[in-house]
Amino acid sequence: MDSAAIYLPIIAALPFLGALFPGLMIQAGRNTCAAFTASATILALILLLLCAPAVMRGEVLTFGIDWLPSLGLNVNFMLDGLGLLFAGLILGIGLLIILYARFYLSREDPMGQFYTYLLLFQGAMVGIVLSDNILLLLVFWELTSLSSFLLIGYWKHLPEGRQGARMALTVTGLGGLAMIGGMLILGNIAGSYDLSVILTQKEAIQASPLYLPALILILLGCFTKSAQFPFHFWLPHAMAAPTPVSAYLHSATMVKAGLFLMARMWPVLAGTPEWFWIVASTGLITMVMAAKIALFKDDLKALLAFSTVSHLGLITMLLGLGTKAAAVVAVFHIINHATFKAALFMTAGIVDHEAHTRDIKRLGGLRHLMPITFTIATIAALSMAGIPPLNGFLSKEMMLAEVAATHWVGPYWLMGALATLGALFSVAYSFRYIAHVFLGKERSDYPAKPHDPGFGMWAAPAFLTVLVILIGFMPMTFAGDLVKVTAQAVTQADPYVKIYHWHGLVPAFWMSVIAVLGGALLLTLHAPLMRMWNATPRPEAKVMFDAVTRAATSLSTALTDGIHNGALTRNAAVFIIAVIAAGALAWSGGNALGPTREALPITIIPAIGWLLLVLATICLVAFHRNRFLALVLMGIVGLMVSLGFVYFSAPDLALTQISVEVVTIILLLLALNFLPRETPAESSPARRLRDAGIAVIGGVAVTGLTYAILVRDFAMESISAFHLANSYKGGGGTNVVNVILVDFRGFDTYGEIIVLGIAALVIYALTETVLRGPGGRWLANWGAHRYAEAGDRHPLMMVVATRVMMPIALMVGAFIFLRGHNEPGGGFIAGLIVAIAFLMQYMASGFAWAEARQRVTYHATIGLGVLIASVTGIGAWLNGRPFLTSDYGYLHFPPIEEFEWATAMAFDVGVFLTVVGAVMLALNSLSSMARRSGETVNVFPMDINPAREDAPKEGEA
Amino acid sequence: MNHWIIAPVLLPAVLAAVQTLTMRHHPLLQRVFSLAGVVAVLAVALGLSLHAATGEIEVYELGNWPAPFGIVLVLDRLSALMVLLTAVLGGLVLLYAIGSGWDQRGNNFHPLFQFQLMGIFGAFLTGDAFNLFVFFEVLLIASYGLMIHAGGARRLKAGVQYVIYNLLGSTLFLFALGTLYAVTGTLNMADLAVRAAEIPVEDSALLRVGAILLFLVFAIKAALLPLHFWLPETYAEAPAPVAALFAIMTKVGAYAILRMYTLVFGPDLGATADLIDQMMIYAALITIAAGMIGILGAKRLGRLAAFASIGSMGTLLIAIAGFRPETTAAAIYYMLHSTFAAALLFLVVDLVRERRGEMGGAIQPGPRMAQHGLIAALFFGAAIASAGMPPLSGFIGKLLVLDAMRDMAEVWLIWAVILATSLVAILGFAQAGSIVFWKLAPIPDEPVAEAPAPQPALPIVAVCAMLAVIIALSVLAGPMMGYIEATATQLHAPDGYISAVLGTN
Amino acid sequence: MELLFATAIGLLTAAGIYLVLRLRSFPVIIGISLLTYAVNLFLFGAGRLAINLPPVLRKGVETYTDPLPQALVLTAIVISFGMTAVVVMLALGAYLSGREDSVNMEDSAAPDQENKA
Repeated sequence: MDSAAIYLPIIAALPFLGALFPGLMIQAGRNTCAAFTASATILALILLLLCAPAVMRGEVLTFGIDWLPSLGLNVNFMLDGLGLLFAGLILGIGLLIILYARFYLSREDPMGQFYTYLLLFQGAMVGIVLSDNILLLLVFWELTSLSSFLLIGYWKHLPEGRQGARMALTVTGLGGLAMIGGMLILGNIAGSYDLSVILTQKEAIQASPLYLPALILILLGCFTKSAQFPFHFWLPHAMAAPTPVSAYLHSATMVKAGLFLMARMWPVLAGTPEWFWIVASTGLITMVMAAKIALFKDDLKALLAFSTVSHLGLITMLLGLGTKAAAVVAVFHIINHATFKAALFMTAGIVDHEAHTRDIKRLGGLRHLMPITFTIATIAALSMAGIPPLNGFLSKEMMLAEVAATHWVGPYWLMGALATLGALFSVAYSFRYIAHVFLGKERSDYPAKPHDPGFGMWAAPAFLTVLVILIGFMPMTFAGDLVKVTAQAVTQADPYVKIYHWHGLVPAFWMSVIAVLGGALLLTLHAPLMRMWNATPRPEAKVMFDAVTRAATSLSTALTDGIHNGALTRNAAVFIIAVIAAGALAWSGGNALGPTREALPITIIPAIGWLLLVLATICLVAFHRNRFLALVLMGIVGLMVSLGFVYFSAPDLALTQISVEVVTIILLLLALNFLPRETPAESSPARRLRDAGIAVIGGVAVTGLTYAILVRDFAMESISAFHLANSYKGGGGTNVVNVILVDFRGFDTYGEIIVLGIAALVIYALTETVLRGPGGRWLANWGAHRYAEAGDRHPLMMVVATRVMMPIALMVGAFIFLRGHNEPGGGFIAGLIVAIAFLMQYMASGFAWAEARQRVTYHATIGLGVLIASVTGIGAWLNGRPFLTSDYGYLHFPPIEEFEWATAMAFDVGVFLTVVGAVMLALNSLSSMARRSGETVNVFPMDINPAREDAPKEGEA
Repeated sequence: MNHWIIAPVLLPAVLAAVQTLTMRHHPLLQRVFSLAGVVAVLAVALGLSLHAATGEIEVYELGNWPAPFGIVLVLDRLSALMVLLTAVLGGLVLLYAIGSGWDQRGNNFHPLFQFQLMGIFGAFLTGDAFNLFVFFEVLLIASYGLMIHAGGARRLKAGVQYVIYNLLGSTLFLFALGTLYAVTGTLNMADLAVRAAEIPVEDSALLRVGAILLFLVFAIKAALLPLHFWLPETYAEAPAPVAALFAIMTKVGAYAILRMYTLVFGPDLGATADLIDQMMIYAALITIAAGMIGILGAKRLGRLAAFASIGSMGTLLIAIAGFRPETTAAAIYYMLHSTFAAALLFLVVDLVRERRGEMGGAIQPGPRMAQHGLIAALFFGAAIASAGMPPLSGFIGKLLVLDAMRDMAEVWLIWAVILATSLVAILGFAQAGSIVFWKLAPIPDEPVAEAPAPQPALPIVAVCAMLAVIIALSVLAGPMMGYIEATATQLHAPDGYISAVLGTN
Repeated sequence: MELLFATAIGLLTAAGIYLVLRLRSFPVIIGISLLTYAVNLFLFGAGRLAINLPPVLRKGVETYTDPLPQALVLTAIVISFGMTAVVVMLALGAYLSGREDSVNMEDSAAPDQENKA
C-alpha cells in the first residue's frame, strides 16, 4: 500500500470535519467563515495532489478499514485515474465556488448554513469517487441526495426552492433505492461488494441471468442522478437554488456522479448489446432533446440547465458506445464541460447579481457595461459551441468522429445525423447566450444598472476560462496525461490518447461545419421559431410530477384515514374474524382423533345450572340496553360460573369468583351512577346481523375447541402431578391450589398483586385528572340538580346491620386467611372479604364519613403490600436460596385448627394488604367523584333527617 | 445461583412500591429515585449482557423449584440484549419526561413508569409461558396508566380503545395457553419445546391451534396487520415520552415471536412447520406498506410518527419471518435501530408540539418556533433514521435485512416492497418537514414574542442523547453484529437453552 | 357433561363477542366480562372436568383433579378483575370528559386535534 494511500480517508473526512466550522465561524464574520470553509477544501486538495504522482504513474492507491464485515460493508477507499479526475474536479471547482459564493450571497442569507451544507455535499461527492466498496458508495450516494435537498431548498421562503428540493430528492432518491437493489444483486453475483473484486468479474457478471436486472437498476440510479431522459425534468427546477449551488452541483459535480458510476462500472457492465442499446440511446435522445429545449429558454439558468442535460447526454452516449476510443472522448469531454459550464453558470450568476434579472428578453447589450464578464462568458460559450481551437471543439469533434463510425438503428448515418443535430442546437444556444445577452444595443430598462463585479466574483470563472483556452491550445500538455490515466482506469486497458485539432476533411469535420453554420442560421431565425415553439403545446414535466405526488399524497391520506378511522367496533370485528380464520386454518392443517375419555354423566343439578346460565346470558344480550338489568343478569351469570366451579371440585375458584363478582358488580353499579342508564339502539339491523354472525361463528369455534379438549386426555402427563406430590412435603400445605399460588408459582401471584396495585394507582391518577379537567366541572353542576330527588341515603337498618357485621366479617376474613394454606381460602379471598366488609360501611354511611374515620391511606396499604411480598421473597436470599423460596413450620392456636406458619404466609399478608388497598382505593376514587357531584360530607353516621333538601341517594347497591 | 438475573424485575417493583408508600407528595424525590433506579438497572443490565456474552445460559429457579414445575427466569444473549435495550431507552425517555415536565402533568407517573419497566423486563426474562402472560398483563396495565397520563377527552377515548383492544388480546392469550396446556400438560417454554417435538400426530391439530393463537397474541403487540389497529390512535394520543417508551412494547411482541418460534415451534417442528412463516411474510409486507403510506398520508406529526413505527415493525417482522440465523441477526439489529428511531421521532415531534402551542402537531405552515433551526435539524435526523437513509443505523439495518433476504423464495417481492415503500416514506418525511419547518405561516407571528419563554435544556439533551445512540449503532455496527450473530446462532440452536433449563445435559 | 360445559363456554363467548361489537363503552365492558368468564372456564377445562375430587390433600384419597389450571384461573380472575376495574373507570372518565360514551373516534384525522398536555 503506497504511503500516500493513508491520505485517502483523510481526504474523504476533511469536508465533513470542515462542515462543523462554518456554523460557528459565521459569528466571526463572513470572511472568516468563508476562509475556514475554504481551508478544509484546500487541505483536502493538497493531500489529493500528494497522491497524484503515484496515480499518474499508473498506481492504484487503496486504503481499507472494516466497518461491518459480516455484511461486506467496509470503509475501503481507492484512488485511480478516474477517482483522481473527479476528486480534483470536486475539490478544485468546490474551492472556486466557495470563493464565488462569498461574494454572491447577500447579507440576509445565512452563510454559515450554506457553507455547512456545501461541505457536507462536497464530502459526500468525494466519498463517492473514492469508494472501493459499492455499499459504502451507496451511503455517500444517498448523502449527496440529502445534502443537495438542503442546498436546493436553501432559500426556504421560495416555494420553487421547496418544491425543487422535494422533486430532486424524490427523483434521485428513487434512483438511489433502485441502485441499492442493483448493487446488492451485483455484489451477490461477484461474491463481494468491493469494487476491486467486482471489476475482475466481467465474465461472471455478464453471463449471469441477473445481469440485466442489475444493469437496469444501477442505470436507473445513474440516469436519475445525471438527469438523463426521462428523468431530466428535476434538474431545471433544481435551479431554484442559489447560483453557486447550480454551478457546483448541477453542472460540475453531482450530476456527473451518474457518469462517474457508469465509467466506474464500464469494465464489467459495458460491451454488451443491452448496455449499448440502453445507454447509448438514452444519451443520444437526451442530448438532442435537451439541446433543442435549451434553445428556447429565456431564463439564463434554465438555458444552461438544459444545455447541461444535453452535454450529460452526450457523455452518456459516448460511454454507451462501449468502445475504448469513445470512453477516452467521454473522459475528455467531462473535463472540458466542467471547465466551461461552471464558468458559464458563474457568469450567469454575475449577470443576475448585477442586472437583477436572468431573463434574456430583458437583457442584451451588456458588452460595454460589463466587459470582463462579457469576455469570460464569450470564451466559455464559444467553447461550449465547439468553436476551434477551444477545448469544447476538441472533444466535440472527437465525439462526432466516434458517432460517425457507429451504427445505431435504421440507416447507417442516422446516429451521426442526430448527433450533428444536437451539436447544431448546442451551437445555436451558445451563440444566443452571447448575442442576446451581451451583444446588441444597450438598453435603458435594466432592473438595475449593470456593471462588472469585484475581482472576487469574476476571479473563479476567469480562472476556468483560462483553463478552457490552455486545454484548447495545448490539449496534450494540459490534459493529455490526465485523460490517459483516467481512460486507463475506465477501460482497465491502455488506450491510445492523441488529441489534435486538424484531422483532415473527415466526416466529423463536415459535421461540425454543418453544426456551426446551421446553428448560426438557427439563431437568426430565433424569433419566428420562438413563436412557433410557444404556440406548440408541450408536456410540462413539473405539472405531471406535482399531479402524481399530489395524487399519491391524497390517496395515501384517503387510504390511511379510511382504514385507520378509529372505529373500534370495526377493528374488533376484524380482530375476531382474523383469529377465527387463523384458528380454523391451523386446525384444518393438523389431525385430531376421537375421544379418549369417557364423558361424565349429565345429572339434574348441573343441567339446571346450565339452563340458568344459558337463560341469563341470552336475556343479557337481549336486554343489554337496560344497563341496570344487564348488571343483574351478569351477576347471575357470575353466580352460575362460581357454582360451576364448586361442582367441578374447585372450591378456591368458587370463593374467589363469587367475591370478585360482588366487588365488580358494586363497582359497575357505582360507575353506572354517572353513566347513562340506557344504551341507545344505534347500529342498523344489518350491522347487528353481521355481529350476530361473527358472534355465533366465534361461539361455535370455541365450543368445538373446548369439546375437543375435554374429551381427550393430555398427550403427556401434566406437570401438576409433581405439584400434588410435593405440595405437602415441599410446600407444607394440603391445599395444593394455594401452595401453587404462594409457592410453586408464587412469582405469578407476585405479578398478579402488582397488577392489582397498578390498577388502583391508574384508577386514582385517572380520577384526579378527570376531576381536575372539564369532567370535574361538569360533575359539579350536574350533581346539583341530579340529587334534587331526595331520599334517605343511609338507612338506619343498613347502618346498624353493617356495624354488627363488621367484626364478624373481619373474623371470617382472618379465618379464611389463616386456613388458606390447607383449606380453600388464602390472602386474596380474605382480602376481598374484608374489603367488602369495609365497603358495606362505606355504602351505609357514605365514603366521606368512613374515610374521615380511617387513618391509613390506601396508597400506603398497596405499597406496603407489594413491599412485604417483595421482602418476603428476597428473604430467601439470606439463606442463599432464590427469590420466593419458602420455609415453614407448625403452630397451634386453640380456637382455630392447627395451622402452619410459612414465609408463604408473610407473602400472603402482602397479597392481603394489596388487595384491600387496591379495592378500597378504587372505590375511594369513585366516591371522590360522588362528592364532587354534590354528595355532602355528613357528620353523622346516618342521616335520619328527612327534612334535608339535597339529600342525594349516592351509591345504593 | 446468580441473583442478579431477577434484579431488573425486583428493583423497579420495590422502587415503585417505596415511591407509592413514602413519597407520593414529593415529586422531586420521585424524580431522583426514578432516575437512580433506572441507572442502577442499566448497570445491572450491562453486567448481565457481559455475562450472557460468554454464551453461557443462566437459569434462575424461583422458589427453588426445578423447571418445569416452578417458574424460571432465563438469561441468554437475546434476553440480556433486550433488557439492556429497554434500560437504555427507559433512561433516556425518563430524562425527557422529567425535563419536559410531562411527569408532573398527572399523578403516579413515576411508580407507573417503574412498574412498566418491571413488566417489560419480566417478559424478556421469563422462561414460563403463563408467567409471560402475567408480565404481559403487568406491562399492559402499567401502559394503560401511562397512556392516559395527563388526561384529555381524546386521549381518554383513545385509551378506552387501547385497553379494550388489549383486553381482547389478553383473552386470546389465555385461550392459547389453555389449549397448549391441555395438549402438552406443561407451561415451561423449554419443556413445551421438548413435548411439542414428541407430540403424537393425532394431537397435532390442537397443538397447531395453540401455536397460531399464541402467534396472534404476539402479532397484536408487534402491530402486524391486520392486528395493528390499536397502534395509531394510541401512539398519536399518548404523552410523547410514553409513546417513545412504547417503542419497546411492539418489540416485546417481536421478541416473543422470535423466542417462541425458534424455541418451541421452531422451523423444523413437523406439526407446526410452515404454519406461520408464509402468512407472516405477506402480513408483514402489507404492514410495511400500510406504515409507509401512512407516513405520506398523515395530517399530524403524531400520526406520522405512529405510522413510521408501524412501517419499521413491518420491516422487522419480515426479517423475523425468515427464521434463519442470518435473517434473525438482521432482525435483531433492525430491532435495536427501530426502537430508538421510533422513540427519537416521537420525542422530536413532541418538541415541535410543545413549541407550536395551539397548532400542535398539525402538518401545516406554522409560526417560527423557539430554537427553530435546532428542532429542524433534529427532525431531519429523526426522519433520516426512520426513513432508512444513510448515514444513520436505519440504512445499515435496511441493507442487512435486504441482504439477509437473499435466499428467500420471495426475495424479489420483498426487495421491491421494502425499496418502493422507502421512497414513499422519504417523500412523506420531505413533505412534512418542508411544510412544518420551511414553509412558515405568512403572518409573521413576531418570534420575539415567544423568545422570552426560556426553553428547558434537559429535553433537548435527552433527544440529542437518543440521536447519539443511533449514531453509535451505525458506527459500531461491526462489533455489535458480532454479538448479534452469536445471539442468532444461539437462538437457532435451542438445545442449549433447553438443557440449561431442564438440567438435562 | 362435557358437552354442557363446552356449549356454556361457547354461548358466553358468542354473547361476549356480540356485546364487544356494540358502539357504547358500557355494553362493550359487559361483553369483555362475559369473554372473561368464558376464557376462565376454558382454562379451567384445560385440566379436564372432575367431580368431588377437590385438590386438597386428604389421608387415603389418591385421585385429585388437576390443581394447576385452578391456580392459573385464580390468577387470571384476579388480573381480569383489575383490568375490569380500570376499564370501567376509564370509560367513566372518558364519558365525563368527552360527554359521550361511544367507543369510536369521530375525527381521528382532524389535523388540529393532536394532544396538548
